[in-house]
Amino acid sequence: MSLQTSTQPTSPVQQALREALIAGVVSFGLFFFFIGLKTDQNIRNELVLVTRWGLLATVVILTMIVRFLYVAYAVPFLARQKIADAVTGLLPDSTGTKFFRVPFFIGSLVLAALLIVFGSAIVAWTGPNIGAYVTLIRAFAIIYAVAAIMFYGRAFIGRNFASIGIVSLILYPILVVVILALLAWSNGSANITSAAFQGSLKWVDNFGIQILIYVMLAWGLNIVVGLAGLLDLGYVAFYAVGAYSYALLGTHFGLSFWILLPMAGILAAFWGVMLGFPVLRLRGDYLAIVTLAFGEIIRLVLINWREVTNGSAGISGVPKVSFFGWFTFNVSDPNYISKVFDIPQSGAYYKIFLYYLILALALLTAFVTIRLRRMPVGRAWEALREDEIACRSLGINTTSTKLTAFAIGAMFGGFAGSFFAARQGFVSPESFVFLESAIILAIVVLGGMGSLVGIAIAALVMVGGTEALREMEFLKSFFGQDFTPELYRMLLFGMAMVVVMLWKPRGFASSREPTAFLRERKAVSGSFTKEGHG
Amino acid sequence: MSDAANMSTPILKLEHLSMKFGGLVAIGDLSFEARRGEITALIGPNGAGKTTVFNCITGFYKPTEGMITMTRRDGSTHLLERLPNHEIPAKAKVARTFQNIRLFSGMTLLENLLVAQHNKLMVASGYTILGLFGFSGYKRAAAESVELAKYWLEKAELLDRADDPAGDLPYGAQRRLEIARAMCTEPELLCLDEPAAGLNPRESLALNELLMSIRDETGTSILLIEHDMSVVMQISDHVVVLEYGRKISDGDPASVRSDPKVIAAYLGVDDEEVGDVLVEVGDEQVIEELDVAPDPEHGPGASSSMFAGAVSDTIEHSDEDERIAVSKGASKAAQVEAKEARSAEAPDTPSKGAK
Ligand SMILES: Nc1ncnc2c1ncn2[C@@H]1O[C@H](COP(=O)(O)OP(=O)(O)OP(=O)(O)O)[C@@H](O)[C@H]1O
Ligand SMILES: [Mg+2]
Repeated sequence: MSLQTSTQPTSPVQQALREALIAGVVSFGLFFFFIGLKTDQNIRNELVLVTRWGLLATVVILTMIVRFLYVAYAVPFLARQKIADAVTGLLPDSTGTKFFRVPFFIGSLVLAALLIVFGSAIVAWTGPNIGAYVTLIRAFAIIYAVAAIMFYGRAFIGRNFASIGIVSLILYPILVVVILALLAWSNGSANITSAAFQGSLKWVDNFGIQILIYVMLAWGLNIVVGLAGLLDLGYVAFYAVGAYSYALLGTHFGLSFWILLPMAGILAAFWGVMLGFPVLRLRGDYLAIVTLAFGEIIRLVLINWREVTNGSAGISGVPKVSFFGWFTFNVSDPNYISKVFDIPQSGAYYKIFLYYLILALALLTAFVTIRLRRMPVGRAWEALREDEIACRSLGINTTSTKLTAFAIGAMFGGFAGSFFAARQGFVSPESFVFLESAIILAIVVLGGMGSLVGIAIAALVMVGGTEALREMEFLKSFFGQDFTPELYRMLLFGMAMVVVMLWKPRGFASSREPTAFLRERKAVSGSFTKEGHG
Repeated sequence: MSDAANMSTPILKLEHLSMKFGGLVAIGDLSFEARRGEITALIGPNGAGKTTVFNCITGFYKPTEGMITMTRRDGSTHLLERLPNHEIPAKAKVARTFQNIRLFSGMTLLENLLVAQHNKLMVASGYTILGLFGFSGYKRAAAESVELAKYWLEKAELLDRADDPAGDLPYGAQRRLEIARAMCTEPELLCLDEPAAGLNPRESLALNELLMSIRDETGTSILLIEHDMSVVMQISDHVVVLEYGRKISDGDPASVRSDPKVIAAYLGVDDEEVGDVLVEVGDEQVIEELDVAPDPEHGPGASSSMFAGAVSDTIEHSDEDERIAVSKGASKAAQVEAKEARSAEAPDTPSKGAK
C-alpha cells in the first residue's frame, strides 16, 4: 500500500482531499467539547448540557474547506511564485501587478463612490442585515483602492515614509470630517456640519487618540526596553503617576494642564529614578519581576490610599485642557469655543483638539528619541544593550546611564498619563492594570525593538485592529446576535503576536538605523543586535 | 614633576596583590611593575591567573589584598583597587580588551569607536542638555570624535568597513577593532588579553606592528597577556611569568626565555633540550592543546552574568565544595626550585636544571 502511493505521484487535489479529511477529524476531536457541548443553567438553576451540533458541523466543515483550498491551490501557487521576497515577506511584483490592475482600481473607486452616495438608500431599502454587507463591500472597495495606490507608489512611500506618515496623521481628522460631511450630504441630512462632527467622534477618539496614546506609551517604553535593553514590566506605573498627578493637582489646586503636563512628567521621572536606584543592580528576569511588582504596588497604593486617591472609585471631574487659556471646551465657560468663534456646539472640537495634542506629544517623544540616539547617552544606551561589561571597560557609568533611560522613559509615560486623565475626565486604578504594561511591551516587541516606525505600525495594527473588531457588526449575521466580537480581542491579539513572531522574529522593523556614518548609512540587520539582558 | 623623574617611575605597580575565590587562590602575593612606554608581557600556563590580574587592574574584581598604583603622565597617582569599575578608564586612563571579544556587535564600527569616547562627548554635550539643542560646542566635539575614530580605524586597517556592523567582521578584524576601541578612550595604559589568539600568521604580524606603533607613536604603555611566544618575544620589552597565581620569573624576554623555572612551568620538562621548548610552545598546535577554555563557572565566561552584580556576588558563588588545593608538586616551577635547593646542598651532584 505504502509502496503504491510512493510510486504513484498524487495530484495536489488528491492530497488536499486527504489532508482536508485529516483536518476535519482533528478539528472534530478538538472542538467536540469546546463547541459541540455547552453547560448551561436552566430556570430551576440546574446544570444542563446543551448540544450545538450545527455550530460544530459548521466549524469542522469550514476547517476542512480552508485546509483543502490551502493545500490544493495556495501551496502550489506560492511554490510557483518561488516564495516571494525574503526580506519583506511580500509576494513578488508579478503577483502584485496581477492583483492590482488599473481597471480594477478604477472599478473599486467607482464602487466605493457609488456605495458612499447611494449606500444609505440601499440600506433603507434592504434592511439592516444586508446593509451590513453593503458597508463591508464599501470598506473592501476603499481598502483595495488605498492598497493599490500604496502598491504603485511603494518606492516613493518607502523613501519618504516618515514624512508621509506625519502628514497623513495631521490630515486625518480633517479627512474624517470631510468624508462624513459628504456622507451626510448624500443622506440628505439637514445639518451637514453637525452630523459630520458628531460622526467624527468615533473615528477621532476611539481610533485616532486611542492608537496615538499607545504609540506614545510604546515609544516611551522603547527607550527603556528597545534601546537600553532593560526589561520593564511595570511601565504602566509611570502612566498612573502621570494620570493621578494631573487628576489630583488639577482638581485640588485648579492648576492648568499646561503647567501640570511638565510636572506630571517630572514626577513620573522622579519615580523612575526612585525605582531605578535599588533595582538597576538586578539583571534580566529579576529586574522584570521587580518592575512588575512596582507596577502592582503603585496600583495597590492608588486603591488603598482612599483619603487621597478616593480608592477604586477613582477621581472624576478632572478638568479639561484649555486652548492655552484662549478658549476652552467647557460649555458653561464664557469663552467656550463655540461662543468665541460663533459656531454650533459640539463635543467633537475637544476630541479633535485632543487628537492634535496627543499627536504633538507623540511626535515630541519621537523627536527626543531620535535626537537622543545620536547623542552620547543614546549611544551608551544601545551599547549597554549590546554588552554591559564592555561599556564599563570604556568608562561608561552604567548605573547613571540606566537611570537616565528609566527616567526619560518614565517621563514620557507621565506625559501620556496626564493626557489620558485629561481625555477621560476620570481616572481610577482600573486603567492601570498589568495587562496595560503587557500590551505596551507587546507593541514594542512586535514593532521591532528600537524602531520607531515599526512600533507605530505595531500599535496601529494591534490597537486599531482590536478597535476595528467593534465595527464588525456583520459578524453577527454569522455567529448570532449575542456574538460580541470585541470579547475576542485578546485572542486575536495573541494570535497576531504568534503569527508576527513566526513570520518576523525580530518584529516588523527588524533592522537598526546606525546613529552615525562615514560614507553611507546602511541599516544593521537585526541578527547582529542583541536584546539586552538586564 | 619633571619628565625625567616621571619616566623613571613605573606606570603601574602591583604590590602584594592577592585574589582568592573562596578557597582558591587565583593570585597569591603578586608584585611587579610595568614601566612607562614599554610593552610588558604577562605570560603563564592556562589558569595561571593572568586574566584575574587584568580584572583586578581594571576594577572588575576587588582584590582580596594588595595595592595597585597607576601613575599617570601628569604625575597623579591612582589606587586602582579603590576606584569604582567605570572610573578606572575615565580617571586612571587604563583601557582593556577581553579574552573573549566583547564588541557592540549590532552597532557599526564607527559607533563602537564613538561609544568609547562617551565621557568626553558627555561633557561636551553638557550632559546631553546642551547637545539636545544643537550647541556648536557639541557639534565640534562630535566632529572631532569622528576624526579620532577615523584615525584609529585607519590604523587598524578597518576604514573601508566603518559603516558595517561589528558583528559582521571576521575574527581577526574584531580583535583589531577591540584594540582600536580601547585606544579611543585615549588611555595611558592599554591592557590586552590574548590579542593574537585565533589570528593567522599574517594577521598576527599585522597585530605586532599595530602594537609597536601604538607604543611608539602615542607613548601608550601596554600590558599584554599572550600565549603566542613569537609575539611575546618579538615585541615585549619586559616579561612577567605567572604560574598558579605566583610570579615565577620577571625580566627581559631573553632572560625569561632561558629561565628553567619558566620552561618547567610550561612543559614540565627539565632536560637538556629546554632551549627549544619555548619555540615549541609558540607552535600553534601545542597552544591549542594547552588552551582549555577558562572554566565557565569561574573564569569570565561568554555570559555577562559574572560581572554584572557587585564583585562580592561573583566571589560568593564559589562555595566550599569548590575549595581547590593545589596538589603538592603541581607547580613545575616549585619543583625546579626544590631541585636547585637540593643541588645547592649537595654540590657534588651536577645540576641539570641550572643550565
Ligand atoms: N570569578 C571567579 N570565581 C571563581 N574562580 C575564578 C573566577 N575567576 C577566575 N577564577 C579561577 O582563577 C584561576 C585563574 O583564572 P584566569 O582566568 O585568571 O586564568 P588565565 O591565566 O587567564 O588562564 P587562560 O590562559 O586560560 O586565560 C582559574 O583557576 C579560574 O578558575
Ligand atoms: Mg585568561
